[in-house]
Amino acid sequence: MTERVVIVGAGHASAQVCASLRRDGWSGEILLIGDEPSLPYQRPPLSKAFLAGESTLADLLIRKPEFYEKEHIVFRRGRVTGIDRDAATVGLDDGETLGYDKLVLCTGARPRPLPVPGAELAGVHDLRDVADAQSIRSGLATAGRAVVIGGGYIGLEAAASLRKLGLAVTVLELADRVLQRVTTPRISAFYDRVHREEGIDLRLGTGVVALEGDGRVTGVRLADDEVIATDLVVVGVGVVPNVELAQAAGLTVDDGIAVDAHGRTEDPAVFAAGDCTSYVDARSGCRLRLECVANAVEQAKTVSATICGHDRSISALPWFWSDQFDLKLQIAGLSTGYDETVLRGDPDTGRSFACFYFAEGRLIAADCVNRAQDFMFSKRAIAEGLSPDRGLLADSDTQLASLLQASSTGGG
Amino acid sequence: MNAKMGTITFIEHDGTEHEVEFVDGSSLMELATSNGVPGIDGDCGGEASCGTCHVIVDDAWIAVAGTRSDVERQMIEMSPECAANSRLACQLKACPDLDGLKVRLPEFQM
Repeated sequence: MTERVVIVGAGHASAQVCASLRRDGWSGEILLIGDEPSLPYQRPPLSKAFLAGESTLADLLIRKPEFYEKEHIVFRRGRVTGIDRDAATVGLDDGETLGYDKLVLCTGARPRPLPVPGAELAGVHDLRDVADAQSIRSGLATAGRAVVIGGGYIGLEAAASLRKLGLAVTVLELADRVLQRVTTPRISAFYDRVHREEGIDLRLGTGVVALEGDGRVTGVRLADDEVIATDLVVVGVGVVPNVELAQAAGLTVDDGIAVDAHGRTEDPAVFAAGDCTSYVDARSGCRLRLECVANAVEQAKTVSATICGHDRSISALPWFWSDQFDLKLQIAGLSTGYDETVLRGDPDTGRSFACFYFAEGRLIAADCVNRAQDFMFSKRAIAEGLSPDRGLLADSDTQLASLLQASSTGGG
Repeated sequence: MNAKMGTITFIEHDGTEHEVEFVDGSSLMELATSNGVPGIDGDCGGEASCGTCHVIVDDAWIAVAGTRSDVERQMIEMSPECAANSRLACQLKACPDLDGLKVRLPEFQM
């Protein structure tokens, strides 16, 4: 009998599991189950080019439909309602039960709901899937004003896209700086400055108590009772990992679905990859739940290799990117635990600089704005465990390539 | 009906060749990933943000394909496998002029 891999969820991780399984030699069935109508698509453009109307859903597909046909990968639309690990089956919302030999959970994450009255009004949007982006787009023709709740990457990217489309945009952030959860104060200060320069009304330390309107949102009431009139609200206050299926099946959940370095849960037939997982990062020794494409892809490749009997562990350096206005931010590594920073370029004036993070003399991460070269340098230097000389790194006249040859020891 | 517009050959580092037909102006990265060519990842989806679709254009084709842009230069030149004709496949769009193009893949994507 042919063996079958069932993949639950149809995002970045799933698309990569599909592709890698065939490359790694899996000749059995592959069944991909997703609850959105589409094959896996790129989510990052939803807050950028797609929101601006510059691309279509067909453009966003990670791989074209022909790929799945050619590789005999079956896509089935449906929602998995339960896993029976003893029987090795999953149940679908239409009542059908499907058997698996290997099960891969790529259930992703969902937007954290905004816990205030009025969050269900028309004109209030999350921004996670293509339907969210389409409904924001469909309201743009008649919208002149937008309020974005949450100053994280999604919120700031949405704000930048809406501003570029000509809307008056207010960003409300509860913390005392933007990107507070995900980056360092210096980077927050830079994005704060740019958003204000671009005409965003950015309000920090600002809580929302209610969304108001009769059927459709017309205003956002703040903690001090001020009401900001608006035609449109985008909520970007973080995500919650979709761990419920795993939890109900008795699998360990530790923030995300707990997987080991090979993408395995404690059940040898069950694997997980992407935003829904947590794993112990070999570099830092910390358990991490990362919300990014690069992590989804890396974990997916690892799961596929493990299923096919190859030895591979989750090892690629995490990296991220964010496009806002004319800024391309590329982040290599995780800055958590840094004890020293080095700047190349000036974040207080221009729009191009890199901030390098060191821990005990070793480069661990870099935030690079409009500095692709610095980003690629960092990816390589961090992966190779280098300790580039800090003085030379800060000097814009230094050729970065020269630091890749001479810096493996020392620590500057 | 989508008529065939041309063929592009991807050559893996170990010499394995993959001939891929194209019918529209997809990027070489999309063609490679949608046809299961190993060695091209395209993690960022074609935004020239990740540098995981590095290809080296055959000498005979570089004049037609064109040399790398400034952003490609910044992304690729830190790779130990960067060559004179290195490009990012996501920034190379298929077109009838490129029918017959050959590109080589590096051993590793960064």
